[in-house]
Amino acid sequence: MDQTIDDFAAAVGTTGLVTVEGAGTRGGGVDDVRTVAAPAGITRIDAAEMVLECGAGTPMADVHAALAEVRQTVSIPSGGTIGGALAVGASDITRLAHGPMRDVLLQTHFIGAAGKVTKAGGPTVKNVSGFDLCRLFVGAHGTLGFFGDVIVRTRPLPRSSRWFSATGDPFDLLASLYRPVAILWDGATTWIRLDGDPGDVEAAAARAGLIETVGPPEPPGRHRWSLPPNTLADLSAEEPGTFLAEIGVGIVHRSTPQTRRAPESAVRRLHDRIKAEFDPAGRLNPGVDPLSAGSPG
Amino acid sequence: MNDVVAALCERIDPSRVRSGATETRLYRRDASNMTGRAGIVVFAESTADVQAAVQVAARSGTPFLARGSGTGLAGGAVPPDGAIVISTSKMNRVLSVDALNRQAWVEPGVLNLDLSKQIAHLGVHFAPDPSSQQTCSIGGNVANNSGGPHCLADGVTSAHILGLEVVLPDGSVVMLGGEEPEPDGLDLRGAFVGSEGMFGVATKVCVRLMQNHPDVATMLMEFDSVADGAQLVSDIIAAGIVPAAVEMMDQLCLQAVEAWLHAGLPTEAAAALLIECVGPSGQVGADVDQIRALAAELGVANVRVAADDAERAELWKARKGAFGAVANVKPNYYLHDTVVPRARLAEVIEKVYEITQRHGIDVINVFHAGDGNLHPLLVYDAREEGVLEKVHAAGREIVAFSVEVGGVLSGEHGIGLEKRDLMPLMFSEIDLSAQESLRVAFDPQLIANPNKVLPNPATCGDLHAVPDGAWV
Repeated sequence: MDQTIDDFAAAVGTTGLVTVEGAGTRGGGVDDVRTVAAPAGITRIDAAEMVLECGAGTPMADVHAALAEVRQTVSIPSGGTIGGALAVGASDITRLAHGPMRDVLLQTHFIGAAGKVTKAGGPTVKNVSGFDLCRLFVGAHGTLGFFGDVIVRTRPLPRSSRWFSATGDPFDLLASLYRPVAILWDGATTWIRLDGDPGDVEAAAARAGLIETVGPPEPPGRHRWSLPPNTLADLSAEEPGTFLAEIGVGIVHRSTPQTRRAPESAVRRLHDRIKAEFDPAGRLNPGVDPLSAGSPG
Repeated sequence: MNDVVAALCERIDPSRVRSGATETRLYRRDASNMTGRAGIVVFAESTADVQAAVQVAARSGTPFLARGSGTGLAGGAVPPDGAIVISTSKMNRVLSVDALNRQAWVEPGVLNLDLSKQIAHLGVHFAPDPSSQQTCSIGGNVANNSGGPHCLADGVTSAHILGLEVVLPDGSVVMLGGEEPEPDGLDLRGAFVGSEGMFGVATKVCVRLMQNHPDVATMLMEFDSVADGAQLVSDIIAAGIVPAAVEMMDQLCLQAVEAWLHAGLPTEAAAALLIECVGPSGQVGADVDQIRALAAELGVANVRVAADDAERAELWKARKGAFGAVANVKPNYYLHDTVVPRARLAEVIEKVYEITQRHGIDVINVFHAGDGNLHPLLVYDAREEGVLEKVHAAGREIVAFSVEVGGVLSGEHGIGLEKRDLMPLMFSEIDLSAQESLRVAFDPQLIANPNKVLPNPATCGDLHAVPDGAWV
């Protein structure tokens, strides 16, 4: 790594407002506040343990490239740094099969508001030793502590991975396909990714009448609407192409932000108590509120 | 205490508020060998009942804990002195099932296996499958973040919980997470799962369902040494195969089970692996071929592939029946639960043999090798004088060695009372204080299942303060 975790802790310090910034691709740090950067660099890839360990400032491009060499990958979106991706908490489009990104973080050393290196989680995939701070920190936008280093769970690359398209009902495909990796629908066309044994992928595509394609289109905007997946059929009333919906998941990519309900007061209170416990002086990423951070871009 | 009973009876049907000695005695322990003392037992039938009980507890400052089926092994459901025990076992309805989007809302008292049986006709199942799945409840699975043999490919409980309706320790009812994928705010759902009853009581659970597999292959293979078996596990994962389950049984386990079940197990082998691959037929076939080739490279002569469902069921019965077979060896057993990196499995098992031999205790190993999740069963006869001390001493050494090689204290049983005072083996005071911060935020009054999981600061680092009878 380009700096030690203790160097990073010293940079965060014990007093004064401070913000953390990776590559700035997901909104970056808080303006006009002293900015720190987490250590960068991959320290361990262990294919047989299915883990990768690196500094939180490591570019995702480096992570994906290094894992590809051992024919593995990790379910974290491309772009920016691994710490930034985890802090924002938005999953990639493989969530239908691989689950949400929050499930990949096994262990982290984070720097708390008191400037101390603090460990959460453990190095093994299976672990129920103590409370699950890792999942609390994924999507916390750096308001409870700054990721210093992380251990994430990796997955083998599939023997075959192909994109297809179809024009029929996307919900029929959701019902009939066996564990598709993604089903994306824009109101007219459906894009489907199937991973697995080449023969299985070929057979499943033929059964469902799918046509091979290069991949899905760019989403129509950077905003992510979060909807119960059983409401996505309602989108058929909308102009095709104005949205790209993750069928079976409930993320809808759009050009406009979602109007969110105000949180329940008990949930608000719980968030405030957690922030007060972890960062009583409000020095970490001041002004950022995970409850109103909006759709992560 | 009478005032508390009266307050509860004002809000809950008095026939479901019990404080008699006979009834409270039934709730003084879970499946661990530790005991506490329940003050009052409330049989909740609704969220409103749970909320009423928690509000009475909060107002009177009485500790409370939720209880599902009581199958926990770490003492998590052993009541703090005089606590209100809120039994959720009568809240056992499957509320709704969305087979298309693979979600279901259930009450916490629904039994794990009952859920999968009730939805089997829809082609889906609930993936976590602890060995106690016939009797353990979904609420208990949430509290413990339970695992099971088939969690290797699909993950433990937290990966299968989408949303929770929770009665917080202050008596308010909140929704954590939900059907939508990215709710605003912190992942409080994730924080709640595995909190061992210390963050509140789950009253409704939205679970993720998984599609049933079109094809399955179950293999049994034998090894001349535990090290060879462990090597194959690492080789399989490194080759890019993640089987649905990889279970190891050592020789004493094979012999004990065979004597009981007559399943044709290789009793001469040092160890055997039970491996299950699932998926479409092409993938299953390719996985089986590749595993056979990797096994052949290690000199494995014999790979038995179950020919049909009956043979598959027989092999799994041998694995799941291991605990029952122990009775043929010794009348008592003490079950451990640690996780180590797969690459260290052989070394740790050898150490387990060395430790137990030194203490004069027999050990049976049957465990989730794919996850590196060890379950050494120390078998003993409690009538032998001084044997429990030896069992505890050996257990403590096994746990300490597991952490020393880069493992963790518990893979699926939780910390509870059993390993509370061993937490400093894995976490510094700073790490523990961060966990305490989260706990205090959920429960400022510290009345939800107090004195579990986190060591008392005064005893921090003192490994001798493990409660009497704890299964360390």
